[in-house]
Amino acid sequence: MPAAEYRIRGIGVSPGIRIGRALVYGALAEREAEPSLGATSPGAGAGAGGAVSTGGGPSVAIGSAPAAGSGASATGGGASATGNRAAATDGGVPVAGDRAAATDGGAPSAGSGPVATDGGAAPDSPAAGAGTAPGAASDASRESELALLQQARSRSEAELLALAERTRATLGEEQAGILSGQAKFLADPAFYPPMEKKIREEGISAREAVQAIVTHTAGRFEALNNPYMQERAADIRDLGQRLLSHLSEDGGGVRLTDIREEVILVAHDLAPSDTVQLDKRYILAFVTRAGGKTSHTSLLARSLGIAAVVGAGEAVGDIADGDQLIVDGDEGVIIVQPDAATLAAYRQRQAAAEHEARELEAYLGQPAVSRDGVAVELAANIGTVQEAEAAAELQAEGIGLYRTEFLFMEAKQLPSEEEQTTAYRAVAERMAGKPVIIRTLDIGGDKALPYLQLPREDNPFLGYRAIRIGLDRQELLLTQLRAILRASAYGQLKIMFPMISGLSEWRQARALYEQARTELESEGVAIAAPGELEVGIMIEIPSAALQADRLAREVDFFSIGTNDLVQYTLAVDRMNEHVAYLYDYFHPAVLQLIRRVIEAAHREGKWAGMCGGMAGDPLAAPLLLGLGLDEWSMDAGAIVRIKRALSSLDSGACRQLADELLALDTPEEVRAALLRHQAEAQ
Amino acid sequence: MATTTLTIQNEQGFHVRPAQLFVEKAGQYEATIRVTNASGDQADGKSMLELMTLGLAKGAQITLEAEGADADEALSELTQLIESGFGEG
Repeated sequence: MPAAEYRIRGIGVSPGIRIGRALVYGALAEREAEPSLGATSPGAGAGAGGAVSTGGGPSVAIGSAPAAGSGASATGGGASATGNRAAATDGGVPVAGDRAAATDGGAPSAGSGPVATDGGAAPDSPAAGAGTAPGAASDASRESELALLQQARSRSEAELLALAERTRATLGEEQAGILSGQAKFLADPAFYPPMEKKIREEGISAREAVQAIVTHTAGRFEALNNPYMQERAADIRDLGQRLLSHLSEDGGGVRLTDIREEVILVAHDLAPSDTVQLDKRYILAFVTRAGGKTSHTSLLARSLGIAAVVGAGEAVGDIADGDQLIVDGDEGVIIVQPDAATLAAYRQRQAAAEHEARELEAYLGQPAVSRDGVAVELAANIGTVQEAEAAAELQAEGIGLYRTEFLFMEAKQLPSEEEQTTAYRAVAERMAGKPVIIRTLDIGGDKALPYLQLPREDNPFLGYRAIRIGLDRQELLLTQLRAILRASAYGQLKIMFPMISGLSEWRQARALYEQARTELESEGVAIAAPGELEVGIMIEIPSAALQADRLAREVDFFSIGTNDLVQYTLAVDRMNEHVAYLYDYFHPAVLQLIRRVIEAAHREGKWAGMCGGMAGDPLAAPLLLGLGLDEWSMDAGAIVRIKRALSSLDSGACRQLADELLALDTPEEVRAALLRHQAEAQ
Repeated sequence: MATTTLTIQNEQGFHVRPAQLFVEKAGQYEATIRVTNASGDQADGKSMLELMTLGLAKGAQITLEAEGADADEALSELTQLIESGFGEG
């Protein structure tokens, strides 16, 4: 019977379409060892059927119900997902995984007793593989398991410290700290000694002991109602995986660095230490059960150009090694065991995307100018120095928005002035004299910082966030301003305050900036001269847009944040599926505010930029060019598309078009007019 | 056995760094250190993992116990560490 195709929805965090074979990595496989998961999951049947068709060899069920123990026939019907995973392994999965160990000798291990315990992994263990049933272990085997565990521990520790050292050089102190923190957990009395105790008292294998303690400890972190602590569970699983990888000679755990064939990685979550090892030549894409859009893994995937879908939920557990997958990072969809028609459709999309990429490449070296020679500045939005790297490669003419909250969200505590200076300096130096606009901390709303313990609010987007926090807790903002100023000696930095609603907030923020400058000058620290460092504001609240004429006299620049401006102007939460259809930056009311802001800036001889999603939309390009927008900041990947759009536009015609569009009644009419214009331009 | 009741002062509660500082300090003493949270869960004062999973946020009440030859000294040093908000102000 052919496999039934099914789809899993997640969050597309790194675009691209990739087709390949699944490789189930680490933590996910560990979870699967829990009998309840594999047996009850409804999707398992579909995934299982597919796995069989890709495999040829004998089926070996691991830890499944005794009834499933009879080889190939088990895979036909009610076999557990785990059993089929083993079958799939036979079908030519590139790297020996946890499961692959089950194929050693094809021992019909399903018959072995310890099914009900979480000893699903028993046959994987080299020692237990000899047929020793748990509980019946001899003293000698206990001693050898203890020795194996001890060896795995010291190897893991050495590896983590070396990896931390290397990471410190490539990704910085932040990431290195996570790895050296894992080394500390390894030495914790609640981690390693209980493993030894379990081996001594229960006679289980080192591998089982690691799995049991890791599952228990990670579970305790996950049970805490705190996102920061829940993320530590991923660290624990990561550490467990590392121990397991040292517990068998033949690579009982998949080592990312050993992968030498193209695969799509499927995991519960990817820890920082995994992510830094991803080799884009072999890892076509990755899919995770957990994770979110702003996690470090997601950002790194984007800068590495590895397509990724995260947060895809429980259904990810049904994907088996060797399953054919389509990962659509654009739409955030995973298609498991696609049928021929789906495959053909995606191959076509993939080919079209490649064709477009080649076509866009022609614009890479080109300046950003309209057909009639009007130049605009195309800049990138970033959150990390790695993204600055990618932005520079994609020829961004600057950084139009450096979101500093990422630095704060990844930290375990408030980053010091020193740490912040290092981060800002790294971006300034990477951009080598090109402008970098650093936005001061924009937290609150949907972005929490566990260690600040902001109060829960009924209306967070209208509440205590961004500059409001900075002006209330001035030491936070002052430290950040000092750090930016100290980094200003190493490049062309600009400062931008978020969520300014009127003149008072701007003046208070500017006063803090002046204070930071005076302090540093009296301390004799080298910083950019006042005339060399522009200070501006984001325009994302309608009141600020309406007072743009007043604000323009005092600020050095505006940057329009369309995402919030649209949300606040139209009173629409775009995350709310019931009203998201109302969210549209082509609404004539929004367009009027944008025009007002740009004109106000120009009247005072200042410049106006935009750092929201609209700036990266090619459909909006004629409108924004017509309105005279000076600086356009977007995801680095969009820059080349906007260059292409600009190259076919005439600025005079666009000015006229903008006037016409602003006179229209509805967003639908604006959109339709832009589509007509786009069709004519081609 | 020496016992005292304290309130967590620092903004972040028992995150990695405070837990690490606590464990390092506790490790300097022979005494057995135990930390109990408001719901009665107990942690070994020399284990970061146990301390972190007590779920202690700012304002949480804890009971600190020390047993052994240098229990009094351990307790006073650890109390000071917690009351200083782990030097975070």
